[in-house]
Amino acid sequence: MAMDTKKTNGWADQDDVPEIKSELLELNMGPQHPATHGVLRLLLKTDGEIVYQVTPVLGYLHRCAEKIAEGVNYKQWVVYTDRFDYLAPMCCNHAYVTAVEKLMQQEVPERAEHIRVAVAELSRIASHLIALATFGLDMGAWTPLLYCFREREEILNLLERISGGRMLYNYMVPGGVRYDIPEDGWVKDVLSFITMLETKKIKDYNQLLTYNKIFIERTADVGVISKEDAFSYACTGPVLRGSGVKFDCRRNDPYSVYSKFDFEIPVGLGEMGTVGDCWDRYMVRVREIEQSCRIIRQALDTLPEGPYQAIELHKPVKVPAGAAYTRTESAKGEIGHYIISDGGQTAFRNKVRSPSFCNLQVVEKVGVGQMVSDLVALVGSLDIVLGEIDR
Amino acid sequence: MGGMSDQGLHVTGAALMATLMFTVMALCAIVFTWMERKVAGFIQSRYGPMYTGRWQGWAQAVADMLKILGKEDIIPAQADKGLFVFAPILVLLGSLLAWAAIPWSPGFIAADLDLGLFYIFAVSSMVVIGILMAGWASNNKWALYGAARGAAQMVSYEIPLALATIPVILNVGSLNTQDIVIAQQGGMFNWFVFHDPFLFIAFWMYFIASIAETNRGPFDMPETESELVAGYHTEYTGMRFAFFFLAEYANLFLVAIIASVVFLGGWWAPIPGLDFAPALTLVIKGVLLVFLNMWVRWTLPRVRVDQLMHLCWKVMIPVTLLCIVGSGLWMILSGELG
Repeated sequence: MAMDTKKTNGWADQDDVPEIKSELLELNMGPQHPATHGVLRLLLKTDGEIVYQVTPVLGYLHRCAEKIAEGVNYKQWVVYTDRFDYLAPMCCNHAYVTAVEKLMQQEVPERAEHIRVAVAELSRIASHLIALATFGLDMGAWTPLLYCFREREEILNLLERISGGRMLYNYMVPGGVRYDIPEDGWVKDVLSFITMLETKKIKDYNQLLTYNKIFIERTADVGVISKEDAFSYACTGPVLRGSGVKFDCRRNDPYSVYSKFDFEIPVGLGEMGTVGDCWDRYMVRVREIEQSCRIIRQALDTLPEGPYQAIELHKPVKVPAGAAYTRTESAKGEIGHYIISDGGQTAFRNKVRSPSFCNLQVVEKVGVGQMVSDLVALVGSLDIVLGEIDR
Repeated sequence: MGGMSDQGLHVTGAALMATLMFTVMALCAIVFTWMERKVAGFIQSRYGPMYTGRWQGWAQAVADMLKILGKEDIIPAQADKGLFVFAPILVLLGSLLAWAAIPWSPGFIAADLDLGLFYIFAVSSMVVIGILMAGWASNNKWALYGAARGAAQMVSYEIPLALATIPVILNVGSLNTQDIVIAQQGGMFNWFVFHDPFLFIAFWMYFIASIAETNRGPFDMPETESELVAGYHTEYTGMRFAFFFLAEYANLFLVAIIASVVFLGGWWAPIPGLDFAPALTLVIKGVLLVFLNMWVRWTLPRVRVDQLMHLCWKVMIPVTLLCIVGSGLWMILSGELG
């Protein structure tokens, strides 16, 4: 990348700074680095504090999940989708079973879809909470981390009660969900939890972090992803919406029963700086938590009676020969599943399009000309999960 | 009086005092480690250490120190060995020497220097050399980043730190730390922090600069664990790391004690007549300021390195200079200046 690449912000764009002869410093950020959210390695070329080149190096967490899909049957592979975005596994489950069902042209009971939406949105909230927490941590704020994890713990408890797992659920199966809602007041507890989140906790986060002067100084006008960049790097999810594009698969290409529910799509408005800066992406997540709460409430209030599985659990899933592509909105963005079946027990090929992978690539462009600290802010605001990038 | 025995007495006294100071310093590192964990726990709605030593995990810091003693001492192969070994000692020395001029109670002072305050600022600025040495000698790019940031930050923030105390020196007319405390006798409204509005601002300027001077959040640029891994002490292990750790907490307490001496009446109790435990009063004031410092650290996010410099050079230095002028004018107008 050329040295005269456009510098984006801060004092980096002042022209009256005298020329000092200096050499570029090559710096390895990761794979063991506290701010890279896993085993991401960023190869930096820096001039003092200014970054001239960023190259993400991937592959440290590659587990051949797509290849494994060719060896295990459709039901067994749900387990592997859990391990993609391990912060929002329900969304990944949902993405995969939607694709399989499309290929099978399988009808799913209404009740199962409602349960799926509720748990996927709970998972989304959990994932966004971690996004807020770790983004705060990248900015040096320790306390919001603990607060967000405290609320996430509640979600994990709720999901444990319905699925038996705390982190990796393996809850959805083609044709429905694995277990029905437990009869111990689960619905009531979920509703009281989201009410608490909406009325109290989000206010706490806003007070502690969102509208903190230092936090705004650190994130507003930093790491601005323009609409054009977001499109050309195929960004999705909060990253795309943070750049001011109102696009959400749940609304624009509805799957499951999302078309029944009433919710808004928050977008970055550039309240504190430019549209598409780190603060906007952060704020989109905060507002999405509120919208997810609305969706959960509607899904559980209108929960229909009836079966929760279309195919009995012990029976194998029969998939006819053919191919199908579906896209769904996970916490990180758009998950695409392209499944080719030859009519056998296993998929012939299963290609996954993961949102974090595409979202990460944008650092190559936006990270240039920023300070090292701003690069940390940018990577934090993208909210990547390495399990999903490398698969 | 025989000159020889007098000198001998002097040496013995100095040695005793030095031992005492070192003990206090080591102790405050242990106490404040525990306190930091408890304060952080309290702020973050969790417990902090609860197990070691049964009552509120009081022995956690002791256990940590014992563990650190048992760690392997690693010097990286490519490091500059001499500098690498010397750096933590220098950092510790910088904060240790400054303790000499702290007046604990009337007459109880290790070195009653005429230029006491000046001496404190002079020796504590050695810390920055140690940090720069540590970062350079480690031969690690992250450490170098941390050291460069640390040097820039600490050199910059020494200026508002020292400038903020000048209004007090103007009022007292002496740099002797005992004189400064004696001038604040007679209840909390005689303390310099409440003397005039300019001194009140100067106190907070001092407090902010002291956070930066001790490299703690929101100004922990030299460490910035989310950016620079661990900053200048990335490559340090075992006791050498503990030296930095010890120095950080000793420094933390030192700046708090200096603030108490200069602005908060030193050993005088807030209400006149309660001065039965002068040293304890001073320590309590110091601990309260340390608590305030911890509170700030665990609440606020970290500023960026250029914003830090902006704050120092464009905000704090002009404001402290204004405080000096304002306080001087106040002295003239209120007729204190005979």
